[in-house]
Amino acid sequence: MLKHQNSPKTQNPYLPHPARIIRTLPQIPEHQLFQIRFEDQELVKSFTYQPGQFVMLSVIGTGEAPFSISSSPTRPGIIELCVRRIGRVTDALFDLPPNSLVGIRGPYGNGFPIEQLEGNDLLLVAGGLGVAPLRSLLWYALDNRSKFKNVILMYGAKNPDDMLFKYELLNLIDRADVKCLLTVDRDKSGIWKAYIGVVTKLFEHVDINPAQTYSAICGPEIMFKFVLEKLLQRNFPKDRILMSLERNMQCGVGKCGHCMIGYKYTCLDGPIFNYWDAINLPEMI
Amino acid sequence: MRIVKLPKKNLAEFIRHLSSFGEVHAPINKDERSFVFAPVTDPSEIELNYTRTILPLKKYFFKPVDIMFNFCADKGYEALAEEEHKKYVIFGVHPCDIHGLKILDLVFSGRYVDSYYFNRRSCAYIIGLDCIPDDLCFCRSTGTDFVDSGFDLFLSDIDDSYLVRVGTSSGDDMVNAADSLFQEVEKADREAYKRKSSQRRESFQTEVQLQDLPEIMDLEYQSQLWQEMGEKCLSCGTCSMVCPTCYCYAVFDELNLDSSSGQRKRRWDSCLFKDYALVAGGYNFRGQRSSRVKNRYFHKQRGFVSQYGRPSCVGCGRCKAYCPAGIDIVEVVAKLRSQTRA
Repeated sequence: MLKHQNSPKTQNPYLPHPARIIRTLPQIPEHQLFQIRFEDQELVKSFTYQPGQFVMLSVIGTGEAPFSISSSPTRPGIIELCVRRIGRVTDALFDLPPNSLVGIRGPYGNGFPIEQLEGNDLLLVAGGLGVAPLRSLLWYALDNRSKFKNVILMYGAKNPDDMLFKYELLNLIDRADVKCLLTVDRDKSGIWKAYIGVVTKLFEHVDINPAQTYSAICGPEIMFKFVLEKLLQRNFPKDRILMSLERNMQCGVGKCGHCMIGYKYTCLDGPIFNYWDAINLPEMI
Repeated sequence: MRIVKLPKKNLAEFIRHLSSFGEVHAPINKDERSFVFAPVTDPSEIELNYTRTILPLKKYFFKPVDIMFNFCADKGYEALAEEEHKKYVIFGVHPCDIHGLKILDLVFSGRYVDSYYFNRRSCAYIIGLDCIPDDLCFCRSTGTDFVDSGFDLFLSDIDDSYLVRVGTSSGDDMVNAADSLFQEVEKADREAYKRKSSQRRESFQTEVQLQDLPEIMDLEYQSQLWQEMGEKCLSCGTCSMVCPTCYCYAVFDELNLDSSSGQRKRRWDSCLFKDYALVAGGYNFRGQRSSRVKNRYFHKQRGFVSQYGRPSCVGCGRCKAYCPAGIDIVEVVAKLRSQTRA
């Protein structure tokens, strides 16, 4: 008979904690920022995470799905998830009435290697919804500003009406301790004052020293490809290029198998991988 | 390790004794050629010379469909009421299946402990039984033809008796409870065991070279073989269901008729199913059947080695025995190897 060392009293890792959606902030069409607070006051105080980690969110009766945390652990009390309405769970999530009860468990995944990043320049490159996990790292860096050298954000959207966190990010443009470069593919309105063009064009406007910079990329596949090209042209070390990956996840804790890539679990070993992992693991990108 | 002898004529009596430890389950005939682990009331039902059961032991601990939580609209998800788990004595488990359980133990433990699995697992006594391999068995190649742990008792056939290795203190209790049925092991018994053991070793008909397979998998990642396999495979997932070490599952919420309460459940899943790597929005990371077949082999023989230091295949032969398309792992590995040599 197998005696597992702590089998009877172990807390069930799959049990979602009750939480409320206390505010819903519409962003752009089909995208919302959900502010979520645990019901249990102790958990509100003790819950912490690393930028780049994710939670499993349950819509009661519909199911569970993984979401990157968009808020920063430097601003505790609530967690923010920036969500696109795209499937069964998010459909149900968008239809919930205000202050609805949901389930949250986590945080899961490795997150960005914060200790490694400290003391370096940060180059964050986002496209579309890819800004969701990077926003957590951005605010973490700005709230711990002295721990990092230059902080640069490059963010591209299709047009001004498709830019997530638009006003929040526009407010960073004149902030002296961060370089915030925002671009849109096109601007029919003619009122867009920042850059126009694809996100890779922004590389013309920055001076990067790859030896003391970590780059974090998140966005659509096609953007990944072109941003990687730019970074590799500048001789960026492959292990200084970080990316956040998406996979089907049903447990979040390395059991259900769905997020397996080659020989890594996205939920345990990721979702943040460096470019060396990516070329070393078949099928990763 | 304590080793005792059980004369075969005492086996039925010993099995009757075991019911005081829990409900006795053992391999029985399902039909002429197939066997299943099932509850037995009469020891004569047990098929001692079975080759392999259709489903391995995982069905006891990791249920095909399992309830995880109850939920309701106003309270959220709630753990199930603490249930008193029934005790089982599973008799007649072959070495490959014991190794299979040890692999599942690894997967379901670690930083996040799967209590559904371990609550049941810690209620089962395992009594192993040695076997004579058939043409599908390749456990000698996977190093799983013998076990030195993972059982309470292990019975090895030495003609008129069984040599019984006592693996745990519970196993010792079982022997002590039926003390009069057992005898001391003598020199002749030890000799008989060694003779039987080498006979068994020589009776393997199937061999496959696995040691350097992780490197070969990397070398043959682009091989045409995967395309051919993709053409052949039906994506039915049978190989995953019958595999003693396949542990993937899918999670879903099931609503009651009141549409405000229900249960979160999980069920066995297979990496060969089309929607296995599908994400919201419709992108499928393994939309091609060939990539799913490749992933299954890659995970068993390459990925698992990186994660846990050993491949997760135990050589039981079930995937070949039950594949409706006749895919044979031994043949696949041989083809990968010869492509490498060419």
